[in-house]
Amino acid sequence: MDEAIDLRQEFEGAGIGEVLEKLDRELIGLAPVKSRIREIASLLLIERVRSRLALTGQPPSLHMSFTGNPGTGKTTVALRMADILHRLGFVRRGHLVAVTRDDLVGQYIGHTAPKTKEVIKRAMGGVLFIDEAYYLYRPENERDYGQEAIEILLQIMENQRDDLVVILAGYGDRMETFFTSNPGFRSRIAHHVDFPDYGEAELLQIADLMLEQQNYRFNPAARDAFARYIAKRRAQPHFSNARSIRNALDRARLRQANRLVADLDRKVTASDIMTIDAPDILSSRVFAEEKSA
Amino acid sequence: MRITQGCFSFLPDLTDEQIRTQVQYCLDRGYGVNIEFTDDPHPRNTYWDLWGLPMFDLKDAAGVMSELAACRKAYGDRYIRISAFDSSHGWESVTLSFIVNRPAEEPGFALERRESDGRTIRYATRAYSADRPEGSRYG
Repeated sequence: MDEAIDLRQEFEGAGIGEVLEKLDRELIGLAPVKSRIREIASLLLIERVRSRLALTGQPPSLHMSFTGNPGTGKTTVALRMADILHRLGFVRRGHLVAVTRDDLVGQYIGHTAPKTKEVIKRAMGGVLFIDEAYYLYRPENERDYGQEAIEILLQIMENQRDDLVVILAGYGDRMETFFTSNPGFRSRIAHHVDFPDYGEAELLQIADLMLEQQNYRFNPAARDAFARYIAKRRAQPHFSNARSIRNALDRARLRQANRLVADLDRKVTASDIMTIDAPDILSSRVFAEEKSA
Repeated sequence: MRITQGCFSFLPDLTDEQIRTQVQYCLDRGYGVNIEFTDDPHPRNTYWDLWGLPMFDLKDAAGVMSELAACRKAYGDRYIRISAFDSSHGWESVTLSFIVNRPAEEPGFALERRESDGRTIRYATRAYSADRPEGSRYG
C-alpha cells in the first residue's frame, strides 16, 4: 500500500529545477518572488504526485496576481511561470498570451463579449497575462464595457480552471483598489506575489547582465559613473527600475557610437567597440541637471 | 438514412474526446479550424453557414470545443461539421472536414428521374428534409 515515492526523481523528471535555476541566474534580486515561485512549484509537484495516487479532489486554483512597480520583471516572471506550469502538466501548451485592456474591451455595445472570448480561446491551454488589469474597471463611468469583460473572465476562471491560468499584473496600490471594488477577483486568485523594487547594487548587476547579453562591457571608470548615475536616477520621478536601466544603456550605446564616429581617422579595435567609457555615461541628462542646479 | 460526408464518415460518430484529438492535430499543423452548420444535407451543397470566426490562432483544442458546444446548443438539430483549412502556399484549401453533429432523424434522399430528349433519363437527388422551408427542416 505505502509505495515509496522518489521526490527527487519526480522533481528532476519534470525539469523544474532547470527552470528555477534559469530564473535564479537570469533574474537579479527578487528574492521574495523567487521563494514564492519555489513554493508554488513545490505545491504543484506534490499536487501532481497526489493526483497520481488519486488523493486529490479538485485541481488547485492557479490564478495569480503580480503586483509591483514598473520594470520589476512581472512579465518576465509570468513567462517563466507558464513554462513551470507546462512542465508540471498543469497547463497543456505552456504559451503565454499577454493582453491589456484594449485587447479585451470593445468599443461599442455587444463588441466586448466576443472580443474577450476570442482572447480567452487563444489563451486556452496556456497562461493569460493581463497587464495593468486595473484599467478593466473604470468606476468613474458606470456604463464602461470593462465590467462585461470582468464578468466573462470571472466565469472562465471559475469554470474552466483546467484549461486556462490567468495572471493579473499591475502596480501595487492600483491593483489593491481594483481588488477592493471587484471582490470576485480577489477570492478567485490563490497566489498574490509582490515584486519589490531593486536596490542600487542589484540595478548595477542588472546593467552588467544586460550589457553582457548585447556583447558590451563597462570599463571600471564607466562602471563607477553608472553606479552614481543609478543613485541619481532613482531619486528622480518616473524611475521604472530595470526598464530605466535598459533605456539608459541604450542611450550610452548611442553616445559611445557617436564618440567613436567623431574621430574617423583613429583605428579602433574590437575592444574599443565593445567598451562603454565613463564620458558616455557622464554626458547624461541626469548629471547635466545637477550642474545647472 | 445516415449521411456520410467528409472524413471518418463510415466510422461511428466521433466522441468529444476523439473530436478534440483531431482538432488538436489540425491546430498543431497550423490549420485554421472552422465550425460550420447547415440544414441542407445535399452532398453538392457547399454553402454551409460558418459559426463564429475561423480559428487559426489557437494553440489548444479547448477553445474550439467550447465553440462547438455553443454551436450545438444553438443548432443541435442540424448538421455541424468541423473543417480545417491549410493556408500554406500552393495548398490553400480545406484539408480535413468531418461531421460532428447530426439531427436525430435523417429522412434521406429521393432519387428523381427526369425524362429528357428522346428516351434519355437524367437523375437528381433531393433531400426529403429540403421539402420544408429553410430553418424548419429538422425537429
